Amino acid sequence: MAFSLNVNGRSYAIDVDADTPLLWVLRDVIGLTGTKFGCGVAQCGACTIHLDGQAVRSCVTTIESAGTSPITTIEAIGDTPTGHRVQQAWLEQEVVQCGYCQSGQIMSATALLNENPAPEDEDIDAVMAGNICRCGTYPRIRAAIKSAAAGVPAGKGG
Amino acid sequence: MGILARAGDLRLSRRSFVVSALFAGGSLIIAPRLIGTAQAAEAAELNAFIRIPPAGPIELVIASVEMGQGVYMGLSTLLAEELEVGLDQIVAVPAPANPALYSHPVLRDQITGGSVSIRGFWEPMRKAGATGRLMLVAAAADRWGVPAASCRAESGEVIHAASGRRLAYGELAQKAAGMPVPQDVPLKPASAFRLIGKPARRIDTPAKVDGTARFGLDARPPGVAFAAISICPTFGGTLGSVDDAEALKVRGVRKVVRLSDAVAVVADHTGAARKGLAALRIDWDRGANASLTTQELERRADAAMAGDALVAVNEGDVEAATGGPVVEAVYRMPILPHTTMEPMNCTVHVRPDSCDVWVGTQVAGRARQTAAEVTGLPVEKVIVHNHLLGGGFGRRLDHDGVTMAVRVAQQVEGPVQVVWSREEDVRHDSYRYLNLSRIDIRLGPDGMPVALRHRVVGPAIMARFLPIFFKDGVDFDIIDAAESPYRIPNKRVEFARHEAPEGMLTGNWRGVGPTRNAPAIEGGIDEAAHLAGIDPVEYRRRLLSGNPRLLAALELAAGKAGWGGDLGPRRGRGVALMAAFGSFAATIAHVHVGPDGALKVERIVCAVDCGQAVNPEVLHQQVESGIVYGLSAALYGRLTIEQGAVVESNFDDQPVLRINECPEIEVHVIESGEAPGGIGELGTPGVAPALMNAIFAVTGKRLRALPIDTAELSGS
Ligand code: FES
Ligand code: FES
Repeated sequence: MAFSLNVNGRSYAIDVDADTPLLWVLRDVIGLTGTKFGCGVAQCGACTIHLDGQAVRSCVTTIESAGTSPITTIEAIGDTPTGHRVQQAWLEQEVVQCGYCQSGQIMSATALLNENPAPEDEDIDAVMAGNICRCGTYPRIRAAIKSAAAGVPAGKGG
Repeated sequence: MGILARAGDLRLSRRSFVVSALFAGGSLIIAPRLIGTAQAAEAAELNAFIRIPPAGPIELVIASVEMGQGVYMGLSTLLAEELEVGLDQIVAVPAPANPALYSHPVLRDQITGGSVSIRGFWEPMRKAGATGRLMLVAAAADRWGVPAASCRAESGEVIHAASGRRLAYGELAQKAAGMPVPQDVPLKPASAFRLIGKPARRIDTPAKVDGTARFGLDARPPGVAFAAISICPTFGGTLGSVDDAEALKVRGVRKVVRLSDAVAVVADHTGAARKGLAALRIDWDRGANASLTTQELERRADAAMAGDALVAVNEGDVEAATGGPVVEAVYRMPILPHTTMEPMNCTVHVRPDSCDVWVGTQVAGRARQTAAEVTGLPVEKVIVHNHLLGGGFGRRLDHDGVTMAVRVAQQVEGPVQVVWSREEDVRHDSYRYLNLSRIDIRLGPDGMPVALRHRVVGPAIMARFLPIFFKDGVDFDIIDAAESPYRIPNKRVEFARHEAPEGMLTGNWRGVGPTRNAPAIEGGIDEAAHLAGIDPVEYRRRLLSGNPRLLAALELAAGKAGWGGDLGPRRGRGVALMAAFGSFAATIAHVHVGPDGALKVERIVCAVDCGQAVNPEVLHQQVESGIVYGLSAALYGRLTIEQGAVVESNFDDQPVLRINECPEIEVHVIESGEAPGGIGELGTPGVAPALMNAIFAVTGKRLRALPIDTAELSGS
């Protein structure tokens, strides 16, 4: 079946089965490989994208359910003010190690800050617990979210 | 004694590399020859580490792969320091797969692992940089007709201060290549370092926050197809029959590939491939391991413990020490997966006369070799395009995934990306196999140990992986740190080799041997301290005369953690030390145990001495990372075997630490001018024993098995 997808402000005609997860459409059909595969069952958050501004796990979100709602991926999140601030905070706090989980972390953190501009630790836990990082960058993710929330570059992480 | 020291004859001698230079492809190329063997190479194939083109950034070729450990940053820093260029003037490019040219100086293969990248390349990289700089300066001096000593190099230029003349390296590249290659170039003293040890932003990270970084799974050669794979779940089993009628009906599915031990569905995209795979009806021939269970594997390991062993370390005479109380305990370590964040994957294009492989691997040379072996092509006809690694942790030190992908690709027209599901990744890992340690510590009249015996039961990974670390039946890795860092007059380490069943791949896991041995040694010493009625930190302190660096780490950690201060009810601290990888660490865990046994790890303090830090921020990152990795394993890591197959499959049944469970982590670094030690694995070994010792401090319950079983703590 043919679907019309709206990704990062562009529209794409996609001809796949209705139950195809958006993850593979983005990565393999459209070629936007910034969104990552980690588990396939909504356990790790590596595949997080924004659908209509909400963070969703693209590995379990079918193309059919997406309809024509706008999709934003890591490739374009830097064009939004919050996304840009989060990326900068990530670099300032030296969050990133292997980097594989970080697309999803940044998408989740951006959605969190859009929703709640000044999150407490518990708010960060509640939202970010869905994103696994095997390199163990959690303490720096927490610091970076706080510094992005403050909107000013904080001191270095530790 | 560390693993490298044990293989002492392999240590890099000052004379074991020479530097050469040439002008090729329009660039000045500086190439240290790293291992004495290669009759070094055709000019075109020199193991270039520095390429200086006439214009544009200088290319630094990085022989180690980037898997998060910051090695692009680390090795670039070493080269740039002596070459006198800024980190903003260079680009780091991965070395091609060619072990003859890019082998690690100590491991003697093109391998990134064991926390030895900086240690191995510490001198060669700086020498290459210094050689390049001296030749560029000589070239400029020659052109200007002034003495070289009147010129200096700075930020990618040679400057003649007296006349104010300056020339960029690029403009000098061709002339420099014709200058004599200086030998025995002097290196900067640490006091003159401008980049090494100074804070600097990592160079690999901007592309990792905007989605442009390319991992193995992001390889997209034109026309690539996607394959989902199912490998016989029972180790060593084979494919029986496959009914693919439904799979072939799935839109986008192109083909079903049958291998002797696996089946793959090739499709237009991974979604269709996975759907097709799920629609297959597969019968497996489970083979010899069909009835294997965890209980049976544990029984076999127990039998090995009771059997024969080789003496690997023998100091003093443990038999002669008699009398006094004895600590005797067996510590049990489970089977562990790696669960790198990026599941296994490999993209391959097999043609009649050549083969391309796109993958993120810690062993590019072996990846090339296996592709050549499977296809029957000469090794020169295989090109490995190495990518960023979405985590390594030892998993990508094995090339089984490359072998499998090439076998699939042989039956596919054009390039194909073979993607392991997380379930396949967990069920076909190169596992850390289970091991046992029996510890036997005899105390003297003052309560201090007079004899330590440690029997290690586990596999000899080095026998297949790096045979230079396997001698006379003893695996140097699995006994690494098994004798403890403590001053005890009589010590014996015994190794009872015990392998996993045929068909189950076992391999290296973050922290390698020291992570296996730390629970038994640090748990055992804690038990001894308790028996002697001496505070665990004080007890270790008394055993560290002669080990000032480890003692200093202990004192720093104890001070920062407030050791001895009261934490209130149901809270306590535990300590563990580690001397390994050329570095030293003291870890103190601070836990809360609820009356129902619920465990909360509240804080981890880790003090480290890693010698000269190349990048202080990366050092902090790596220790934090090692701690979190160790925590996941200590709390949750365990695979169960039934029917000869792994039962667990994904993060729901094999959990890992999440941000809401992550304790406060503090890393304190002791400044040091000693040679750099490893940092990537250092944080991991101490975590489990520090936790177990903290739990004992709170509950009086001595845990001797991993992962931590909180059910045992309820009511304590
Ligand atoms: S891949 Fe979607 S949550 Fe893990
Ligand atoms: S940075 Fe490697 S998994 Fe998060």
